[in-house]
Amino acid sequence: MITIIDYKAGNLTSVKLAFESIGLKVKITDRADEILYAEKIVFPGVGAAKSAMENLKSLNILDAIKKVIADGVPFFGICIGMQLLFESSEENGGTECTGILPGGVKKFKTSDKFCKIPQMGWNTVKIIKSHPIFDGIQDNSEFYFVHSFYPSCSEKKYIIGQTEYADTVFSSVAGKGNLIATQFHPERSGRIGLKLLENFSRWNGK
Amino acid sequence: MLTKRIIPCLDVRDRKVTKGVRFQNNIDLGDPIEMAVSYSDGGCDELVFYDITASAEGRGIDIDMVRDVAKAVHIPFAVGGGIKNIEDMRQVLLAGAEKVSVNSLAVSNPNIIAEGARLFGSQCIVLGMDPVKADDKQKFPSGYEITTQGFRTRTGMDALEWARRAEGLGVGEIVVNSVDTDGTQRGFEINLTRMIAENVGIPVVASGGGGTCGHLIDVFNDGKADAAIIASMIHTGRFTIKQIKDELVAAGIAIRKKW
Repeated sequence: MITIIDYKAGNLTSVKLAFESIGLKVKITDRADEILYAEKIVFPGVGAAKSAMENLKSLNILDAIKKVIADGVPFFGICIGMQLLFESSEENGGTECTGILPGGVKKFKTSDKFCKIPQMGWNTVKIIKSHPIFDGIQDNSEFYFVHSFYPSCSEKKYIIGQTEYADTVFSSVAGKGNLIATQFHPERSGRIGLKLLENFSRWNGK
Repeated sequence: MLTKRIIPCLDVRDRKVTKGVRFQNNIDLGDPIEMAVSYSDGGCDELVFYDITASAEGRGIDIDMVRDVAKAVHIPFAVGGGIKNIEDMRQVLLAGAEKVSVNSLAVSNPNIIAEGARLFGSQCIVLGMDPVKADDKQKFPSGYEITTQGFRTRTGMDALEWARRAEGLGVGEIVVNSVDTDGTQRGFEINLTRMIAENVGIPVVASGGGGTCGHLIDVFNDGKADAAIIASMIHTGRFTIKQIKDELVAAGIAIRKKW
């Protein structure tokens, strides 16, 4: 069973459908007690950092999230769900985030008028450190990205994958123990994305 | 490196994919779900579905079809045609579409863009525009006028001015569908595509006229498009997505190679 946290940051349909298409049962919840008893957790999301953080607080689920991560439950952050794991984001004039991963989230800047922001589309992920979620997935495979802000992990040991956009190499995949997070959307990344989700579903967090 | 996207366009009428030239003489091509799976498995990067008769017939979008597509393919897809209000947008997105595309609706009610972007995020809201060449340089400084209702109505709006305004209102992407080249397979309208791409900060998708791999190479290299919509060249079976991608890679264009 995959538990998807719904903190009112975007639409969860495609994440749910992607897991169901590989034969997994999915539960969507916004309740702390259900998060605390989950076997495997997915923390997705699109939208702005500030309102996402506010939602986590008003739903009273931030402590539950921190606890399951500390307890070793396999936990997967996607897109905004990755960004919120860092210390802070430049979005919305500076937003304090959860600080579970070291580093911050920054805005893409470019002087190239043809380099569009948001980055929207398929880009390659260079695997920096092997990880069970990349089992059977080739290095430099392409995944689907949509974002204007990028995670910058300040401790190299937690960087699992990197991607280049707007003259910046950023941490597109970060991991720490039972925690894994991707800036791209595996649920929108075709067969290779489904493979990554399947790998997560088999991973015991170690 | 971010790759250029190849986006098959499926015009749907009564749950069948259809293709015409400038919205006329349509012939049925097949089942939308089967075609979506086939193109996705074949390596396309995204899909777009237009419900081409929903607007004209005043029907709503076929939500069951959107749901079936979302279950069958796991790449991004957009849905357009027949979106009448915010509630329609919500239904389409909740059914599993990544994006909704508005065209005539945005012209008659530009605020729908701002409202959609606020509620669902800019990345979900695509502006489709159908510009036609216009000679009156005083009225249309860009040289193109926006048409709506499947090219039937001229709006008196300048294409570039509209693109910039829509960007300001919060669209996440603009599909530039040239009326003059639509369905002709004689090449994209390069100057128009480049002009829009140069003047907005969001991704621009070229549409209308793609018939050969050379046309795609031109619209990426010279037109500066971030993505291109194709229809006839693949619907007829003249090209597979793989053949197209191989040619583009050989021409040095950044293209997604593994799927």
